[in-house]
Amino acid sequence: MTETQAQPHTNLRGTGADNKGDTLLEVIDLKKHFPVKSSGIIRRTVAHVQAVDGVSFAVPRGGSLGLVGESGCGKSTTGRLITRLYDPTAGRMMFEGQDIAALSRRQMLPLRSEIQMIFQDPYSSLNPRHTVGTIVGTPLRVHKVVPDDKVLDRVRELLEVVGLNPEHYNRYPNEFSGGQRQRIGIARALALQPKLLVADEPVSALDVSIQAQVVNLLQDVQREFNIAFLFIAHDLAVVRHFCPEVAVMYLGKIVEIADRETLYSRPHHPYTQALLSAVPDVKQAAIGGRRERIPLEGDVPSPVNPPSGCRFRTRCWMAQDICAKQVPPLLQIGPRHKVACHFAGERGSTGAVPVTLDVLGCNSHGDPVPGATRAADLETPGYSPDFDDLETHRRKSAELADR
Amino acid sequence: MTSESFLGTSGSHPAPQQAGPGAVPTAEDPFLVVDHLSVRFPTHDGLVQAVSDLSYTVRRGQTLGIVGESGSGKSVSSMAVLSLHNPKSTRLEGSITVGGQEVVGADDATMRKLRGKEVAMIFQDPLTALHPFYTVGQQITEAYRIHADVSKSTAKKRAIEMLDRVGIPQARSRVDDYPHQFSGGMRQRAMIAMSLVNDPKLLIADEPTTALDVTVQAQILDLLQDLQREFNSAIIIITHDLGVIAEMADDVLVMYAGRAVETGPTKLLLTAPEMPYTWGLLSSVPDVAADTDARLIPIPGNPPSLLNPPSGCPFNPRCVYKPKVPGELCVTTLPELLPAKVGRDHRRRCHLPDPHETYRLEVLPEIAPELAGQELAGQELAGQEKVGP
Repeated sequence: MTETQAQPHTNLRGTGADNKGDTLLEVIDLKKHFPVKSSGIIRRTVAHVQAVDGVSFAVPRGGSLGLVGESGCGKSTTGRLITRLYDPTAGRMMFEGQDIAALSRRQMLPLRSEIQMIFQDPYSSLNPRHTVGTIVGTPLRVHKVVPDDKVLDRVRELLEVVGLNPEHYNRYPNEFSGGQRQRIGIARALALQPKLLVADEPVSALDVSIQAQVVNLLQDVQREFNIAFLFIAHDLAVVRHFCPEVAVMYLGKIVEIADRETLYSRPHHPYTQALLSAVPDVKQAAIGGRRERIPLEGDVPSPVNPPSGCRFRTRCWMAQDICAKQVPPLLQIGPRHKVACHFAGERGSTGAVPVTLDVLGCNSHGDPVPGATRAADLETPGYSPDFDDLETHRRKSAELADR
Repeated sequence: MTSESFLGTSGSHPAPQQAGPGAVPTAEDPFLVVDHLSVRFPTHDGLVQAVSDLSYTVRRGQTLGIVGESGSGKSVSSMAVLSLHNPKSTRLEGSITVGGQEVVGADDATMRKLRGKEVAMIFQDPLTALHPFYTVGQQITEAYRIHADVSKSTAKKRAIEMLDRVGIPQARSRVDDYPHQFSGGMRQRAMIAMSLVNDPKLLIADEPTTALDVTVQAQILDLLQDLQREFNSAIIIITHDLGVIAEMADDVLVMYAGRAVETGPTKLLLTAPEMPYTWGLLSSVPDVAADTDARLIPIPGNPPSLLNPPSGCPFNPRCVYKPKVPGELCVTTLPELLPAKVGRDHRRRCHLPDPHETYRLEVLPEIAPELAGQELAGQELAGQEKVGP
């Protein structure tokens, strides 16, 4: 095992996504609706599962964005859209300035090497009948990055990078433990020197003592090769540890996105607050304290027929009329903080008046106010240098509230 | 729904027979006693020593958390409590008594009376643990009617009550649903309803929330705690998540390679652990409040094979503190489960001369510098812990 010793953390470069030149991937209003077919001979489309319904975010070059949320929130679908394992229903994905959402299979081919994926389950994502050498070497052969006689040398190098014995290239996956298999998956993803790695729950299938090894390895390869990560996980603590920037998804939409310090210490969306309060915390309990838990009633609604307006309103303790009528826009309220809630604010300090009225141009019941304008272009990735903070939004909105 | 109706059916069980003739069992008597339990499976490759020399007790009203990685023997040992291992392919040694009844070697008829009635189990994956061909109501009713001589309609009423109690909305109509019509959290609730339908005195929850999302996990853990308060049952919660242990358990048993390596009251074990494996568990998991610049400190290597466990201390091949132990003790001799320096009922297996000091001076400053100064809290805690049996 090559576990590097604890070393002073060098701050990841280029996490400021506001600098456009530094952005590797921009996702704009991305949607994926899966058709639901009726039974019978004529399999008509009767409904759509709105798995991802308008998400926008940016991943800086060499940085990492965490995508968290519960099962069914669309985080994995988002990852598979970006790797083009699924074709998007709508929206744009600008990878180095090029929209990859509409590219054909053939046009996509050269870009496949730039965007790679690490899968959750190291047992089912490796072909049991191929040797490690074949598994890691196949991308090299397909994309012809090295001559055939050099493939093996490169495979050995890659195995060494991920902390495996380079002489084990002719072994089969079943000869490795779970943590080692995940290392093989990482070696395969690194083979083409991608610029973006989509890691879909890379450690959740591993034992706790092994998780830390793999997380450290991912951090090492990120620093060494300057790879950007889209880190998808349900484990809030692992995501916080790995990603300077975190987006929270609920039922196909991003509800809050911010730098990790803000998101974890001052969440402004009620769902983020409830989610964080539900994580059992060893240290808190060890000292004898217990965080106040915000109970959420019921289950996540079906994405086939999501609630109108705000999708979280059916389980939200603050929901008002407006929440059913108007979809809350993802409003920027800090230099690196966006939140999609009509009553955004830290727990206990939310006002009675919605804070989104000024951009929506409606009154506090969600009805449009004549004369007021709805801000255009509410779905933008990244952050803008000029924005109104929450207080300004609140003040401006108050003027419209009763009209 | 009152608690009497749950307790009403539970009055007729035979009194536990421990503690001499005529002794009335008290709340302090352990309900489950596992004594020097070994579970071994003969295989083509040799004998798998899944559990070795494991002893613990659980009282009613107490929650015991068992932590360990996959293959540490935590599930195998609790399946033995219900005698769920195939006797033909399993070698069991030692003794397990449930309310005074010996389980090891008990015949099927005895076990059938025990299973579901005295001891019930909640499994990790409710989708595979529930039968897909039968409605949730039919499965709960069946579990109830095995132990209670009641009509189908009475049993169904009871099933609806139970579903209602565990928080299934519209229980009256959902009782006729099939498991696949339930969401993950609801399936787990249905399974809890099924396991509690006979008011068991001991509930074994094997990774009850691992397959669930955190908000649902929080709901299920709260539900288990409420039900425990209501029925005064004993709970064994098996998990790999120290966070769940921290919130749920009164006492913890840390297992490694089939053995208990540390055991004690939860707060104490989390603040003043004295076994390097426990330290590793604590240091390798990031938490939602930790310093993000700090690197995780993983446990090097992989869990050992149980076909051929390491000699001496089972953790010695992965232990970074081995050089501190004089001689080859770690490799040659299995450390005894000895009382720890801090706290009553706190025991650990380790050859380190003073593991408490090692933790305080070397481990804690690295994994939680902000807690390093608060070591006294652990000392004080030790004095406050309730007196065990």
